[in-house]
Amino acid sequence: MVAQHATLRSKEEIMESLRKPEVITGSEILLRSLVLEDVECVFGYPGGAVLYIYDAMHGFSDFQHLLTRHEQGAIHAADGYARASGKVGVCIATSGPGATNLVTGIATAYMDSVPLVVITGNVATTLIGTDAFQEADITGITMPITKHSYLVRKAADLPRIIHEAFHIANTGRKGPVLIDIPKDVSAELALFEPVTEVNIRGYNPTVTPKKLQVDKMLKAISEAERPIVLAGGGVVYSGGHEELYEFIKKSGIPITTTLLGLGAFPSGEELWLGMPGMHGTYTANTAIQDADLLINIGARFDDRVTGKLSGFAPKAKIVHIDIDPAEIGKNVPTDIPIVGDVKTVLQMANKEVKYAEKADTWRAQLAASCKEKPYRYNDSEDELKPQWVIEMLYEESNGDAIVTTDVGQHQMWAAQYYKFNKPRSWVTSGGLGTMGFGFPSAIGAQMANPDRLVISINGDGGMQMCAQELAICAINNIPVKVVIINNQVLGMVRQWQEIIYDNRYSHIDLAGSPDFVKLAEAYGVRGFRATNKEDARAVWQEAMNHPGPAVVEFVVRKNENVYPMVTQGSTIDQMLMGDSE
Amino acid sequence: MMKRHTVAVLVNDQPGVLQRVSGLFGRRGFNIESITVGTSEEAGLSRMVIVTTGDDKTLEQVTKQLYKLIDVIKVVDLSANPMVGRELALIKVTAEPGARPEIMGVVETFRAAVVDIGTTSLMVQVVGDTDKIDAMIELMKPYGIRELSRTGVTAMVRGSAR
Repeated sequence: MVAQHATLRSKEEIMESLRKPEVITGSEILLRSLVLEDVECVFGYPGGAVLYIYDAMHGFSDFQHLLTRHEQGAIHAADGYARASGKVGVCIATSGPGATNLVTGIATAYMDSVPLVVITGNVATTLIGTDAFQEADITGITMPITKHSYLVRKAADLPRIIHEAFHIANTGRKGPVLIDIPKDVSAELALFEPVTEVNIRGYNPTVTPKKLQVDKMLKAISEAERPIVLAGGGVVYSGGHEELYEFIKKSGIPITTTLLGLGAFPSGEELWLGMPGMHGTYTANTAIQDADLLINIGARFDDRVTGKLSGFAPKAKIVHIDIDPAEIGKNVPTDIPIVGDVKTVLQMANKEVKYAEKADTWRAQLAASCKEKPYRYNDSEDELKPQWVIEMLYEESNGDAIVTTDVGQHQMWAAQYYKFNKPRSWVTSGGLGTMGFGFPSAIGAQMANPDRLVISINGDGGMQMCAQELAICAINNIPVKVVIINNQVLGMVRQWQEIIYDNRYSHIDLAGSPDFVKLAEAYGVRGFRATNKEDARAVWQEAMNHPGPAVVEFVVRKNENVYPMVTQGSTIDQMLMGDSE
Repeated sequence: MMKRHTVAVLVNDQPGVLQRVSGLFGRRGFNIESITVGTSEEAGLSRMVIVTTGDDKTLEQVTKQLYKLIDVIKVVDLSANPMVGRELALIKVTAEPGARPEIMGVVETFRAAVVDIGTTSLMVQVVGDTDKIDAMIELMKPYGIRELSRTGVTAMVRGSAR
């Protein structure tokens, strides 16, 4: 299905031959180092400053290179690859505009702690600072949105820098690392010797927590009558989902998972309350407000989760487990801080955690609330409802797909109505809220998981921000199923303008969008459209039976809103419940 | 409670490290009153001394955010301990020959020094804590300050503690 990684030599043979010290160019050092970091797939776009690198890639088959049609597509694909696999995503772009086209993608990865190594070319060291053709100070531009960055001065530094970059990207609080390689450095000859150790004096993340702090948490659990766990992306990133499951099962504490934490805990479980925050469940939000103990595991108290900060979880003792000490106490004053890797912390806690005995009434109360107030919408037989479409996708895929989304209403509906049971099955831009992310990230997710079904759910707005990548799906036969929930409008903006700006609809009409079926077919991708329930299920099944990539457009009701909704400035228990009330 | 803090930051002597640190202060909304950078006792490391104002929570965030920078090795709140803080100022003051003895008197009292004499001006160098420099500047104002340049504070904890 997916284009195969060329395997002329066995992996061990390749690795062995690459480890031999040899005098080679900076570009060859780069490629060898990437292979030694176990890179299988790189997304990129060539240009003047990376010509030596691309020249070295001519006929090179030790990893696959996918030529995207925009640098933004390349970095979002690398991001989707990283989120769906846990490995470091890699992309390459040239200097100047190539590099600046990566900026949104770098910021996206930074906000959601996604490990990327971003490689940019730059003008030759002799030209840096002269406003040379296609020169941009990309290390300066990206300083606030990278975990770290390097401007390489000599080829001999490349093996160390690349090894450090992968280490920094994928340890501690993960994040994007940028390596800027001037053109002359990529051509310079140097002795390549593989680097296998890292020694970075200023970088030593705390993995193992203080036992005393964990004990304090366990004591708090034994005393709590209304405990709740708020679990976030950190659970997924640390690979701690099994430990979380054990922790919840042993302690019997009800759990809510944030947008990025969806899949960290199986949604079918009774103790799962759904997602909290702006478009979270009634039960998760009211439970947070009533709780006497809130255990945050790998989430960062984002404003979309907390609502009005001063009124957040007013009765709760706060425990916060995070690998990044700077997150603890940043937004919410914390009673029991636990700095460490989520998986390690939970392993330690699971040895001693006891069932929260005093919380029986609370558990029963929340279970009843979940039954009484689930996500709800008024279905229609005349119009296609977006929520129904997501439910249909969930049913038809047995909840087993990797789902990527763009940003807006469809993203929230996907989060609400697709029920995730496994980690790394949900790829969405949470922190930065990047439109244009949904489709290219699915390409990366599919490259990392050739055998899984990948569904990319998009709106008609965001789809047009990176639609050009349909080309690489067609050429490489990457079988992503691209869903477009078409409501002919910028739906989330429309919703805010309706509710908060008194029906003053300003510049949200997406009239003039292309015929998405024809657009797909123009790229050589199968296109489908449905406007009612019957057709919707039928065309979806047809698209699923088609072995290659497909675009499926669902034309839905224009004025549907996402509920519940917490408006900005309100506490999270003050929810608009919408027409389902 | 808003307080003035003097923070020493030991950093790798790498290109761009000043930009990383000052950029962090800027984008997180932390105020910088002064910043000085120079070599430290260890080759390859520089020491920055930053004077910032904020409450204890701000200082905690400043410290934690600084530690997230890979090039930052150590952050010390010098002002949490008895410390010596010093800065140097050069003041070019208008001084016709007749006014000079009076200015020299002030300079002597402050244990400052005249480091250059022009036809109608004197350049005064004064070293001390921020209050002393402020006082010196006040006293020079009546004569007419033509140009003023201050280094910002560098500082160290007293005693044998590192």
